[in-house]
Amino acid sequence: MSTDRMTPTSAFADDTHWEHPHPRRGFFTDTSICIGCKACEVACKEWNRNPVDSDYEILGSSYDNTGGLGADTWRHVAFIEQSQERIEEARESGRALVNLGMPRVGPPAPSPAPASTGCACGPAAPADDAAGSGCACSGPSSATTAPATAGCGSADGCGCSSGGAGGAAAGTAEGGSPVLDTPDFRWLMSSDVCKHCTHAGCLDVCPTGALFRTEFGTVVVQEDICNGCGTCVAGCPFGVIERRDDGLVEPKTQRGTPPMPDTVKVPQDGIAQKCTLCYDRMKEDQTPACAQACPTTSIKYGERETMLESAQQRVAQLHEQGRTEARLYGANPKDGVGGTGSIFLLLDEPEVYGLPPDPRVPTADLPRMYRRAGAAVLGMLALGAAAFTVGDRR
Amino acid sequence: MSVSPYDSYRPPEEPRRRRRRRNRPPGGGAFRRGGGDGSREVAMVPEPEFTSYYGRPIVKAPPWDSKIATYLFLGGLSGGSAILALGGYLTDRSALRRNGRLAALTAAGLGGVALVADLGRPERFLHMMRTFKPTSPMSMGSWVLATFSTNAGVAAAVEVDRMTGERLPLGPLRPVLHAAELPTSVAAGLLGAPMATYTAMLLSDTSVPTWHEMHGHLAFVFASSASLASGGLMMLTSPVSQTAPARFFAVAGVAGELVAMRVMKNAMDPLTVEPLEQGRPGTWLEWSERLSIAGGLGALLGGRRRWVAAASGAALMASSALTRFGVFWGGKESVKDPKYTVVPQRNRLEKRRAAGITDDSITTAG
Repeated sequence: MSTDRMTPTSAFADDTHWEHPHPRRGFFTDTSICIGCKACEVACKEWNRNPVDSDYEILGSSYDNTGGLGADTWRHVAFIEQSQERIEEARESGRALVNLGMPRVGPPAPSPAPASTGCACGPAAPADDAAGSGCACSGPSSATTAPATAGCGSADGCGCSSGGAGGAAAGTAEGGSPVLDTPDFRWLMSSDVCKHCTHAGCLDVCPTGALFRTEFGTVVVQEDICNGCGTCVAGCPFGVIERRDDGLVEPKTQRGTPPMPDTVKVPQDGIAQKCTLCYDRMKEDQTPACAQACPTTSIKYGERETMLESAQQRVAQLHEQGRTEARLYGANPKDGVGGTGSIFLLLDEPEVYGLPPDPRVPTADLPRMYRRAGAAVLGMLALGAAAFTVGDRR
Repeated sequence: MSVSPYDSYRPPEEPRRRRRRRNRPPGGGAFRRGGGDGSREVAMVPEPEFTSYYGRPIVKAPPWDSKIATYLFLGGLSGGSAILALGGYLTDRSALRRNGRLAALTAAGLGGVALVADLGRPERFLHMMRTFKPTSPMSMGSWVLATFSTNAGVAAAVEVDRMTGERLPLGPLRPVLHAAELPTSVAAGLLGAPMATYTAMLLSDTSVPTWHEMHGHLAFVFASSASLASGGLMMLTSPVSQTAPARFFAVAGVAGELVAMRVMKNAMDPLTVEPLEQGRPGTWLEWSERLSIAGGLGALLGGRRRWVAAASGAALMASSALTRFGVFWGGKESVKDPKYTVVPQRNRLEKRRAAGITDDSITTAG
């Protein structure tokens, strides 16, 4: 059965009878320190040689002219401009989540360190944390403020915060905690990516077996197998995967002139394409291109367990600073897709970022569909039988 | 802005209504499109209040076009025809048997061509046969289509051989072919029903809001639609003396479809029904219903007159095609506006939270 019941916490090999004992890998995208530089988008395009999406156009949506994830865009940076009123609403809805007694996923995140000294990954981040995993602390601060062995638990703040503060905010408030927003306005910037779900809709509905689960727990398309049927496009509850057009990439010319002769044929046209979590780089123990390129360590990469832990610590830290708008997306193994490989820390409701608020893998209802379709099949055959017996006499 | 001296007589301008209030079910909101004063039509569903990312779609529609919608129709037509052909064969109705078999093969063949043409890489269509994957309706459907067409093909070949006075260059294989007539006819007849209904699973097993909401009942709609289409085709092509069972099949299909469509719409989230009731899909489904009622009545009351039977049959086939096109394009429409994705999801999340289930949200506080 291809619906693997891999839970995010259990060992990958146990559940899938996979002979590779690799731990599940994933991203943690901390949008609170994203500065919207789009280095991830560029790095992704360059490494994976993805073609341009279309003619360049201004979408009129802040600094986002990419639009969204698709066959040619595997990282997408969203830009949202919000007023004070909206910030308050977000803070309120985040607080409501806490009041609901939403579960803390996995072991309760210990937050022993006060906000001013805490750190998103803190001492918990092991040294072997997947090659260059971009722990929030491994950035500039560890070099300048503390010896690497001590993590970044130094008294004068934490690399995670200062990374973001450097780009997006001005100054620090009392207690050394950075002020990331102006009081009456804020930017939300978030780098979206394939979620690499535990129960992946695209993988379930793929009829050719072109989509498969890798030894790292990620979901990847085999380019020589996919025949471009497009079922996975509709199967994804997040709208990530897409069939690449067989259009041509044309170098930009003067308006009105005919296309240049050296028009390039798009590679891998006509087949489904999406983020592979840089499967080729992972096999070589390299960090995916986007995480490698992220200058603020907003995109972290590593073992999913480690990512989850740092995500929980980061959200606890933000809550202690009174920023109750912070919340995690994809960390819950009980959600409709069984938890995602790519965890996000968001500062508002998911739909603000263009993410579904309650995604559910469509295959979850498949048993019911089979029963109903079976009943319809029997009904139709019975009708046929009746037509030639009862209906005969008319 | 006007500088008219009469401006002071105007009532104060109301502040603009904000669309972004969340955590409220759409029912609680005010009707945005007026109607209280009778000046405009009252919106059936209140304008939902929700947030989105610049109004962009969240889920993606599959890259399928009218070729797939046509296949939905042809698949149903061929499946139903195979059932009627089997009946005709077993009860010795030669015209029904012959026309049913030829229709089953032709429709399945054309449908298969439409399917392959819609692939991104048509030359790789055989990759569908790499796996047998019950979680994928497309995979199961490929196997159903392949086995069905093979059996329907053999049965049709027997028919062609008979029609041409055994002139097909078969040589010593003729007895083999004719011996295969019974098993292949039975197999094609039995596989005709899954052939007509699996496409319902293909559409419902997606994140397309309107299609997925249909998942409990679409199979019944499609099975009924296939019955009335194939019954209609037989009424159109075969002499009335032999089509009594086909008329029964068609009339029962009409009744089934009317009921199943109503039940299905009632079971869906009201917002996701909207794309089926407005725009071109709405018009198509409306006409589909009218034509199926007209065709059904024609079959019931005047089915023994050749021209009435033929006209009713044509109406029924058109009705089935419109049903498939309406459902197909209605679903594609539902992807374009994020409200069809966000609002039902918000509602079900709120409903679960209100019921005390708070541990299964994708958004967590820690």
